[in-house]
Amino acid sequence: MYGLKQDWIPEPQARQFVLEDYESGVPRWCSGCGDFAVLQSLRKLARDEQLLPEKTVVVSGIGCSSRLPHYVKTYGFHGLHGRPLPVASGIRARRPDLHVFVVTGDGDCCAIGTGHWIHAVHYNMKMTVMLLDNSIYGLTKKQTSPTTGKGYSSNTHPDGAMLSALNPLTVTLGITNASFVAQTVDWNPAHLYATLLEAHRHPGLAFVRIIQRCPHFTPDAHEHFQRDPSNVLLLTHPDGIPADDVVLRVFKNRDELDPTDRAAALEHAAREDVLPIGLFLRNPEAERYDLCSAVGLGMSAEKKLAAAQAAVDRFLI
Amino acid sequence: MTAHGRLSTSLPVVSGDKVSRPRAGESLVDPPAGEAVDRPPSGEPRVEVVDQHVVEFVSDSGEGAQSAGQMFGTVSAKMGNGVWTLEIIPAEIEPPPRTKASCSGNRVRIGKGPVTNMGETADVVVAFNEQVLYSRIDDGALRAGSLIFLDNKWAADPDPGIRESYARALEDFGSRGYLVQEVPMHEQCLRIVPDPRRGKNMWAVGLLCAVYQLDVDRVRFEIEAKFGRKGRKVVDANRALARAGYEWALENVGVRYRVPAEPVDETMVVMNGNQAMALGIMAAGIEVCSMYPITPATSVSHFLARSFAAAGGFVHQAEDEIAAIGFALGASYAGKTPVTLTSGPGLALKTEFIGLAVMAELPLVIVVVQRGGPSTGLPTRVEQGDLLAALHASPGDAPKIVMAPTSIGECFHFMITARQLAETFRTPVMVLSDANLATGQQPFERPEVRQEWLAPPVDQSRWQAAVEPYDWDPETGISQRPVPGQRDGQYVLTGLTHDSASRVAYDAATNQRTATLRSRKLATLRRSLKPPEVYGDPEGDLLVVCWGSTRGAVEEAIDGLRQDGENVSSLCLRFLSPLEPGLEEIFRRFRQVMTVELNYSDDPEDPHVDEGGRRYSQLAFLLRAATLVDVDCWSRVPGIPLSPSRIKEVLRQRLKGE
Ligand SMILES: Cc1ncc(C[n+]2csc(CCOP(=O)(O)OP(=O)(O)O)c2C)c(N)n1
Ligand code: SF4
Ligand SMILES: [Mg+2]
Repeated sequence: MYGLKQDWIPEPQARQFVLEDYESGVPRWCSGCGDFAVLQSLRKLARDEQLLPEKTVVVSGIGCSSRLPHYVKTYGFHGLHGRPLPVASGIRARRPDLHVFVVTGDGDCCAIGTGHWIHAVHYNMKMTVMLLDNSIYGLTKKQTSPTTGKGYSSNTHPDGAMLSALNPLTVTLGITNASFVAQTVDWNPAHLYATLLEAHRHPGLAFVRIIQRCPHFTPDAHEHFQRDPSNVLLLTHPDGIPADDVVLRVFKNRDELDPTDRAAALEHAAREDVLPIGLFLRNPEAERYDLCSAVGLGMSAEKKLAAAQAAVDRFLI
Repeated sequence: MTAHGRLSTSLPVVSGDKVSRPRAGESLVDPPAGEAVDRPPSGEPRVEVVDQHVVEFVSDSGEGAQSAGQMFGTVSAKMGNGVWTLEIIPAEIEPPPRTKASCSGNRVRIGKGPVTNMGETADVVVAFNEQVLYSRIDDGALRAGSLIFLDNKWAADPDPGIRESYARALEDFGSRGYLVQEVPMHEQCLRIVPDPRRGKNMWAVGLLCAVYQLDVDRVRFEIEAKFGRKGRKVVDANRALARAGYEWALENVGVRYRVPAEPVDETMVVMNGNQAMALGIMAAGIEVCSMYPITPATSVSHFLARSFAAAGGFVHQAEDEIAAIGFALGASYAGKTPVTLTSGPGLALKTEFIGLAVMAELPLVIVVVQRGGPSTGLPTRVEQGDLLAALHASPGDAPKIVMAPTSIGECFHFMITARQLAETFRTPVMVLSDANLATGQQPFERPEVRQEWLAPPVDQSRWQAAVEPYDWDPETGISQRPVPGQRDGQYVLTGLTHDSASRVAYDAATNQRTATLRSRKLATLRRSLKPPEVYGDPEGDLLVVCWGSTRGAVEEAIDGLRQDGENVSSLCLRFLSPLEPGLEEIFRRFRQVMTVELNYSDDPEDPHVDEGGRRYSQLAFLLRAATLVDVDCWSRVPGIPLSPSRIKEVLRQRLKGE
């Protein structure tokens, strides 16, 4: 086009992304590992929401689950054991234009990273946090995790875990500013996907605990839920996780839970006779630290310069 | 006149409104020592002109002696004097009053020319009670002849125990040769404010303004600046207090000093090192400061908390130091080079993330304001004990840039350099300050903030897909990084060993090559550094090497020794990693080379210490390894800065071969 620079020309057509656009590398998880399902759901979500790959960041800690960013063709940050949440918060702080996903494990989040977990939920910065909870340390080869059930044998507790499992849901529900708390299972792709989608669309930090199978180290841990879905309690509500027919057909054991009723949520989350899945809490109005941290974004160099100079001049002799 | 301005006035010792008995050891009538003396109109005290003086304000914690000292320093600086202040900080917030632990205040050294260190013992002290003075005595801050203005309220305290300890202390001070003038601070302030604990400090400033002939109008101005936010009533009360102190002194104090000012042509600013760092952060265009409170680093963020927003910046107070640096690295990954601030214990917590920053090549500025260690150590006191921790603060080989400012002005300018180096070399840059710089005030030339100092906006242009995220230049190790938002730049950052595509790679060749390239960046930077300048002759009997805040005292000691005809020089390093080049050649021109540092080393004559096992001070350790020169050291961990005379004494012994 005469008179116009090449790069001025708008894109001839809008970019369209297919699943392959979010695929990268060959996952190195054991066959049957629940992490595959989460990866698949995340890619599908990115495709369905047409997330710009360059505007998407997947942050993780260290663990089997934390390898996930390597398999998504977006930006990724595979950092330190236990520390993905501060990193994700720092990314979010000054970049409201990015989609931030966090992948963390039960050791990563509920042991070494516990402090950050509490505070990230309190900050309530917009991001989707996926806790891939296999109730065991996978990468380091079967040590007890905080979510390992009492009596379950591991390499660090061959005679069985000595204490009852810590419940990540009741902990999260108890944190000031918790704004989205859900639970799902890796073996029901429809529910998993629906949960992640709601989480992604939530204006704040969405905390999703995904019960994840580790066939390599704990092949028996989730069997009774899979074999007999009546051990799972599906939480339903018009404002909850939408359940399609496939989901409804599998999970017959249901209860309605209003996601604005925190007391009821805590009660359900604490249940040990069944595994409750669905949405426990949704509060789009909760305070958000990322709205505070973004102040002054995009300020002009002139203004910054003037402010710095004025600050210096307060010390003039 | 040298370091000790002697009291050369016949001083009527005044207690309350009546002249009190001179005390033992009060050599009040000390004839003028021949220096210039301005004679005011008859009846007024003679003015003694001195090159420099050391003044202290000390009180119980919470009585405001610190701000009195700051104000006195600021006013002196504004009148054109060289100034260095040293904060005297209690370790607790509300220590029991009238105890050593409660001693809080400020030392202000004022000079005709630039002042670079805290100097020697105090010439004049204003003390709000006698007990806090004992803390200063412990720190060696006083000498026979120090003039002390002491609040006399305690002489009439209802508690007989207090009256008695006050009387005992007066006796003791006399026998130590201090010149004590009791002053009715409390009583005078009570006429203006209901609670003199809040107000004595301005009265004290007024008092010394009269003694040092400072411009009271400037004090009025400073009071407005300091208390303006609290409203008219507070400003007026504080002005009245300062005025009362001033007028009382004119009537009742028989001594006057003047430290002549040598006006400078440049426009100057005066501030402390932490304020300078905060301003440097703003002038560097840094947008994110992520920290967890720790003395003595925190006040950088206090300043930023008030001023940063105007420059588009944000202070994140994280849940701990690990989160603070993690947050910073998140911001860095997203394109904003941040700063994280800490001190020793916090540095210990940050080490794992520092390793990640090195491995993944994330730019980051890490400010470490050193205090006494190890562990919680001396939280408010100075030490240079974190040099080796800074260099090696990460398992594995983690090369990073380490710099140390040596003056308040450098505290400002190094922040700009640090950000630029961090981005150019895609690496963490550590800036090592210390408690002495942090709270020390010093004037320096007003910096004119320049556009090119500011961080450029985050690049969001399309990335060339063919360029890998670690497209290392084999010569320099330098590479450009894609930032989220840049199309086709997608990569997964990892702390695992990775190739140029950021793919995890565990093979021997990749691990060796990438470690080499990270190290090469330091070698590249070193090539661009100039050899350090020698202070004094380029050859001689003894070269003293130092770093950081000890420079001022070392150079003053060198000046003194050179005046005495000694063949000594000094050298100060600002880059500790990479080390500045040319050291071997410089060292070779001296018969002896040694470091003087504020950190621990074994003395050679300590029991069980042999040459092979002697633990050297940290810079000496480094220089010995780097140059193979037999660099000796003298170092101490007193928690207070080294004085020039102490250094002089040590060097003189060294020159004598002792
Ligand atoms: C500071 C630190 N401590 C310990 C480790 C070793 N480590 C790596 S992963 C892991 C536990 C992983 O368990 P989890 O977070 O549940 O993830 P999973 O492998 O089960 O997905 C541990 C202890 C480490 N990498 N870093
Ligand atoms: S060890 Fe368990 S969690 Fe890890 S990859 Fe294998 S199955 Fe998955
Ligand atoms: Mg696990």
